[in-house]
Amino acid sequence: MPAAAEPVRAYDDRIVRAFTVAAVVWAVLGMAAGVWVAAELVWPTLDFGLPQLSFGRLRTVHTNVVLFGFGVSALIGTGLYSVQRTSHVSLYLPKLAWFVFYAWQLAIMLGAISLMAGWNGGKEYAELEWPFDIAIAVVWVAFAVVFFGTLARRKVNPIYISNWFYGALIIVVAMLHIVNNLAMPATLGKAYSLYPGAQDAIVQWWYGHNAVGFLLTGGFLGMVYYFLPKQAGRPIWSYRLSIIAFWAFVYTYIWAGPHHLHYNAVPEWVQSLGMVMSLILLAPSWATLVNGVMTVSSAPQKLKTDPGLKFIVLALAFYGLATFEGPMMAIRSVNIMSHFTEWTIGHVHSGALGWNALITFGTFYFLVPRLAGRKLHSERLATVHFWLALAGVMLYVLAMWGAGITQSLLWLTLDDFGEVRYGFIEVMAALNPYYLLRLVAGLIFLAGAVLMAANFWLTLRGASTERAYPPAPIAEVIA
Amino acid sequence: MSFVGLHKKLERNSGLLIFGILVVASIGGLVQIIPSLFQESLRTPVEGLEPYSPLELVGRDIYIRESCSTCHSQQIRPLLAEVERYGTFSRAGEFVYDRPFLWGSKRTGPDLQRVGGRYTDAWHRTHLIDPRSVVPESIMPGYPWLAGRDADDGSIERRLRALRALGHPYSDDEIEGAARTLDGLTELDAVIAYLQSLGTAAPGEAGP
Repeated sequence: MPAAAEPVRAYDDRIVRAFTVAAVVWAVLGMAAGVWVAAELVWPTLDFGLPQLSFGRLRTVHTNVVLFGFGVSALIGTGLYSVQRTSHVSLYLPKLAWFVFYAWQLAIMLGAISLMAGWNGGKEYAELEWPFDIAIAVVWVAFAVVFFGTLARRKVNPIYISNWFYGALIIVVAMLHIVNNLAMPATLGKAYSLYPGAQDAIVQWWYGHNAVGFLLTGGFLGMVYYFLPKQAGRPIWSYRLSIIAFWAFVYTYIWAGPHHLHYNAVPEWVQSLGMVMSLILLAPSWATLVNGVMTVSSAPQKLKTDPGLKFIVLALAFYGLATFEGPMMAIRSVNIMSHFTEWTIGHVHSGALGWNALITFGTFYFLVPRLAGRKLHSERLATVHFWLALAGVMLYVLAMWGAGITQSLLWLTLDDFGEVRYGFIEVMAALNPYYLLRLVAGLIFLAGAVLMAANFWLTLRGASTERAYPPAPIAEVIA
Repeated sequence: MSFVGLHKKLERNSGLLIFGILVVASIGGLVQIIPSLFQESLRTPVEGLEPYSPLELVGRDIYIRESCSTCHSQQIRPLLAEVERYGTFSRAGEFVYDRPFLWGSKRTGPDLQRVGGRYTDAWHRTHLIDPRSVVPESIMPGYPWLAGRDADDGSIERRLRALRALGHPYSDDEIEGAARTLDGLTELDAVIAYLQSLGTAAPGEAGP
């Protein structure tokens, strides 16, 4: 409790709880949409002839809801939780923080509806049309004000490393979002990109790759740097390594985008630069991996007792896998095979499910009981979830690797006369078993997420948010 | 000041940290994007390339609306098998009227960059409404609703003006007469017109 002399405001945790709940809801909805579109690839008439359920529109809903609904809500929630704790102050402008919450959820909901209605900018992972782009920019700036404002009021002098990653997420995503979405509006639901053709491609993949970089990698590394040491009950193995890895990461990641355009109609020097920097990126990515794994290995006994920590360790394994696979796929000669195939989808999901979703689940299993001020409803259910998640993501990735390699080998095979041996339809038909397998994998993963949602609901139901206070200043403690 | 000293400052000052991140994260993008924006060859149309006609533009915007580029690329790489299958490889100058670009990142269905003229309008009509009636193994969704909607939703003039503001050479007459060229046509006609226009300005011979 705070000292009597000066009333100290409790940490603003109700908003953290709101973001956590929203993230779980979006996770279930977004993954369900993913399962649905996976089923459409097996049974193409599952859209019932309705434009709103058509594959192209629903797949875009899936990516937007999981990325920006689930992913970003989880990042904002955990960011606000950890910035208060590492700064020893409550939030700057808590009302503005609530604006961020409601406006963001509204934007995701209306955005999903607009995509189903056919508003689509056409650039991958930036499909929302210009009115949404402006709204998102405004909310993002408000988030930045709350976050950096809290940081500026901190009572602890050095800025803890997790805040650097969250900070980089805020700054770089703002830059990417604004530059990539510059467009000339024609109507309320239609705008044309400021950049034509090949230039648009270069800008888009600078955005697309670094949205992955600073949101899905950097943002979630912020989560790791706060919640992993908390759960393990140990400080980060090497703080110095985390700092070096941070700057190397921020500098290098931004160069890697053009590996999405190998052998496409953009200048070759851009492609080569993108490839080389992607390979270099392995170093800072794995530096963080080493740091995380070493931190856990100093407290291995916790793995047996803490349901969340298991998820986090598995997430680190997939992080290592995906950040190794990425640079390999960025090599031009490998990319000949992997580009345009299901391999890419497998890679994305080993990152998105294996790394992003699992790290978030692990963090939430830590966070939710603390927010509720009581124990998790069922640890056994959490363990079941763990195995479902592992089985789901493994099966998913294996199915897509199989499909991707099949596709690329068959597509590229020439016969003795120098003509393509397999027709496109023939190759497509060969993928059917893999698509079915992927659907099963998605269902397993989704089932785990639903169990988690139920577990959290039972934990939080009827519990008011636990009040936590900043620790007293050190001078006071000594006195 | 030593590196460690500089860093001590950085990790104690949030303003400086923000600035540092912004600078360090900008370098790569600036080096890659700025020269590309000034590279003339990336914005010079290949010979014979025309801006999209109003009907083709409506078709293209529907193609974007339905997110066709999720499954169909429009980018042929200079690889033997790919040129054999889809035709001459892509040149930057073929895309200067494409806003946004629609190269795609995935081929669940085949590449469409040179699909123009490969099939008849009648084939496209049947295929778009019910793909499995012509290709039994196909997993493409059907688009029956396109046939029931007018190509003209009243915004074609505004769309052409927006594109002209970005430098596409449409004349006043073309813009004012655009709505008339859509008269009586459906969204299905527009998509077919767009598909039939694809890759027809290919340099050299267009495919096998």
